[in-house]
Amino acid sequence: MASKKFDNIYIKDAFTIAGPLESEGQIRKFDLTMDDYYYQEKTFLDAEIKMQRTVIDNLLYRNKLGKKIDLLIGGDLSNQLTITNFAAKNFDIPFLGVYSACATFAESLIIASNFIENNLIKNAIVITSSHNLNAERQFRFPIEYGAPKAHTTTFTATGAVGAIITNEKSDIKVESATIGRVQDYDQKDATHMGAVMTPAAVQVLIKHLSDLKRTVDYYDVILTGDLGSIGSDILREFLKINYDIKIKNHMDAGCEIFLKSQQLYAGSSGPVTLPLVLFNKILKNKKFKKILIIATGSLHSKDTTNQKKTIPSIAHAVSLEVL
Amino acid sequence: MNKDEYKKLVDRFTPKENKRKNGIIAFLVGGLVGVLAELIAVIIMNMFGVSRVEACQWTCLIVIFIASLFTAIGFFDNWVTKAKAGLILPTTGFAHSVISSALDYKKDGYITGIGANFFKLAGSVILYGMVSAFFLAILGVIIYG
Repeated sequence: MASKKFDNIYIKDAFTIAGPLESEGQIRKFDLTMDDYYYQEKTFLDAEIKMQRTVIDNLLYRNKLGKKIDLLIGGDLSNQLTITNFAAKNFDIPFLGVYSACATFAESLIIASNFIENNLIKNAIVITSSHNLNAERQFRFPIEYGAPKAHTTTFTATGAVGAIITNEKSDIKVESATIGRVQDYDQKDATHMGAVMTPAAVQVLIKHLSDLKRTVDYYDVILTGDLGSIGSDILREFLKINYDIKIKNHMDAGCEIFLKSQQLYAGSSGPVTLPLVLFNKILKNKKFKKILIIATGSLHSKDTTNQKKTIPSIAHAVSLEVL
Repeated sequence: MNKDEYKKLVDRFTPKENKRKNGIIAFLVGGLVGVLAELIAVIIMNMFGVSRVEACQWTCLIVIFIASLFTAIGFFDNWVTKAKAGLILPTTGFAHSVISSALDYKKDGYITGIGANFFKLAGSVILYGMVSAFFLAILGVIIYG
């Protein structure tokens, strides 16, 4: 079965860093903000590594954990997971690197929860990051090249987020999770990732609801990852046509970071988009008690795009409860 | 929902690019670049008393230099994103593409970085420019003898 319930998994603490544009958007309160993309380093690669290091350092310091962390799980968008690997070498913690593109955070959360649920470890740090300019360079054009952008493009958010997952009781419970299946609906346009990832989000949502015998109204909010404004419209229509489900409690993290006046196309994307919104908006709002997060990832590379291959996508769902 | 139905659903929600507006902006901006270049050529001809051919060569260099400088300073990419083909088609686009690639790879070494990636975007302009020049030259020989 793709879904699993957890008994005593909790999110103890989270630390977020947001980039210069993100911190001027809809959400103004982050643990740390960056004034520029270099973050006092020489390259953007180093900047992103430093962002992850800063997050882990702060989590360890704030919770007085020292070396009492059993596992570090995380990933980012870079080839060979360079960023996370290079950040992890600074810590004396067992490390697992994972890649699900923008669904990496949810995947890490699910793996950590399973380890703890089976009493293999007591706690873990999950980490993810993305840097707009590193993503531009790897997936699109050179940074200073002014390539015209389509209206469907999403803007990779800059930031890093880490959270401590533990078996000690806290306010936020990881209640259950559903592992998604890779979907491919013949979408080839890498500038329209909302359309690429929507089928994966639908698949995991329907599976989650049927496995746990719930309806969408069970949740106070269903937070999808980074479908963007156009992807969100497609998702709602898809659910209406195919499953006769009308979701009123849907929110897309991609639409919650930037302001319209920032003119960043269809919204935000990148693995940090969902956790940035989750920890700085959703969990700070007392109204939401039962939260379903669906992180969505587009599994393409520059090569597959150039070779005109269709783009597969993945989504993972995690249900959180605020106690 | 099968894949074809999904494609139709996506198309329904995907906004169309405004080609007419883009075309008009490109026409005006591209034209403006041409007018400015002509102005520079005329000034050079009058100031230095050189032939039109020589003045145009200098103009080309100046336009390339300006586009490269603006790219290096860091605001030319915003102009290109807005003006699209208006700045990509003139020689400004070529200069912009090589300088942006060079900036991107300056930390990756002179050979493996800048050297290998300088013509990353402009390489196709050079290659297909040469290929079309070759065929046009043959055509020219056939027609004009």
